[in-house]
Amino acid sequence: MTVPALEDLLRELAPQVLGALVRRHGQFENCEDAVQEAVLAASVQWPADGVPDNPRGWLTAVASRRLIDQVRSDRARRERESSAAVAEVPAEDVPDTDDTLALLFLCCHPALTPASQTALTLRAVGGLTTAEIARAFLVPEATLAARISRAKQRIKAAGGTFSLPGDAEREERLRVVLQVLYLIFNEGYTASSGSELDRADLAREAIRLARVVHAQLPADGEVTGLLALMLLTHARREARTTAAGDLVPLDEQDRAQWDGALTDEGMDLVKASLAGPSLGPYEVQAAIAATHADAATAAETNWAQVHALYLILERIAPNPVVTLNRAVALAETRGPQAGLDLLATLDADERMAGHHRLLSVRAHLLEKAGDPAGAYDHYRRAAKATASIAEQRYLESRAGRVRARTTPGDRRP
Amino acid sequence: MQFLISMVINPSVLDALTEEEKTALGEGHGRFIQALKQSGELITTQALVDPSQAAVVTVRNGQPVVTDGPYLEAKEYLGGFYLVDCEDKARAIELAAQIPDAAIDGLGVEVRQVMFADGPLEA
Repeated sequence: MTVPALEDLLRELAPQVLGALVRRHGQFENCEDAVQEAVLAASVQWPADGVPDNPRGWLTAVASRRLIDQVRSDRARRERESSAAVAEVPAEDVPDTDDTLALLFLCCHPALTPASQTALTLRAVGGLTTAEIARAFLVPEATLAARISRAKQRIKAAGGTFSLPGDAEREERLRVVLQVLYLIFNEGYTASSGSELDRADLAREAIRLARVVHAQLPADGEVTGLLALMLLTHARREARTTAAGDLVPLDEQDRAQWDGALTDEGMDLVKASLAGPSLGPYEVQAAIAATHADAATAAETNWAQVHALYLILERIAPNPVVTLNRAVALAETRGPQAGLDLLATLDADERMAGHHRLLSVRAHLLEKAGDPAGAYDHYRRAAKATASIAEQRYLESRAGRVRARTTPGDRRP
Repeated sequence: MQFLISMVINPSVLDALTEEEKTALGEGHGRFIQALKQSGELITTQALVDPSQAAVVTVRNGQPVVTDGPYLEAKEYLGGFYLVDCEDKARAIELAAQIPDAAIDGLGVEVRQVMFADGPLEA
């Protein structure tokens, strides 16, 4: 078995084994540690000795042994009977597909910060090792290990249980799960800082987890919408950057490089979700991505539809960044000045003060409106405000381009 | 998101502290480090030697020239830093406010986001 295939197998089995263990013993924190150790042992032993005939049984047996050792040593240390003794029972091998969803709800417990939710989800449900997650987030392994162990303590203190939330809570808790998956995807799509633009592994992992949730809840429009949004966005990854790592904006991307299979799958999911009874923010964002995917060239984009969708999004999930994006679509249908007028309404919003996206969109619209000096000024300010080197390089190059069109007398200091 | 929280110190301000105040400052940093380690937000923290020990290196015509530092003559200088990985800038600011230096006149605590990182993380 190749290393990637082996990793895939481990990542698929890890939550099943964890679910079975927690079902039998409770003690989510200890079980989660034990499964992590079993995954580590497998990643060392399987490539050398071959994959066992029953890999899930192997992992369950090793994890159970680790759990028993852990409980025994805890008990020895405390020198008293543990109330949560672990019985030595042979490992059953019955995967319960609901387990993954229950684990996701637990790892995305609302008592945790998003950074802790993502780390714990990737380890407990994604089956990734602490070292892999630490590398993806560019932090030391010890930092990440501390974050995960703190997260598990928090869940315990908050009374989190390994079960599917009741109907009253379910909708809200599912939103948190989807948000965590979206965060993981985004982290993989664009590094929030640093020179590495695309950490595709995290994006793929987020898509894999979204598929798992979608398989469990195929009728949920937002789950479908999120998966579609991820697929349609991921389809563009090859076209988003040049070989040198420079950003290519949507209107300049070579659409032949978009992944057709991912696009088709995403489009089908969008159609399915839009046929549903209600409309959520991920569904609308997926519909916007689908509108772009529908256009063979940037010039053929149905901007009126994009604008209408942003209007809906603004209504159901008001957010200044949505208004910012609507301004781009408005500028395409009604001219740059209409877009600039809409941007002006964001100036008073303190969430957007000095935000590099507001500066860069304004620069872009000023450029279209024939004000190269103003565009230059805003591109430069946006370049200073961003924390992404790739974006900074892109904004500097746009600034250089408009500067060439200004006459020296027009240049602002 | 990663942030560098740097501590800009002024030796004359530090010298003017009473022994109790100095002890409290040290203990405050100790508690801060413990809390950061437990929350999984600390990447590393380092304190630097006195700037009088600095060497300033220049290369002219391909030849390195070394002079006694510091490069900038100033009352304040970089005394040390915390490199943290936390939720967002608001959290970094919240953390910076827990550094005892922030409550002392004449000592500066500055928060800046990291833009590029490379190298072994556990160095």
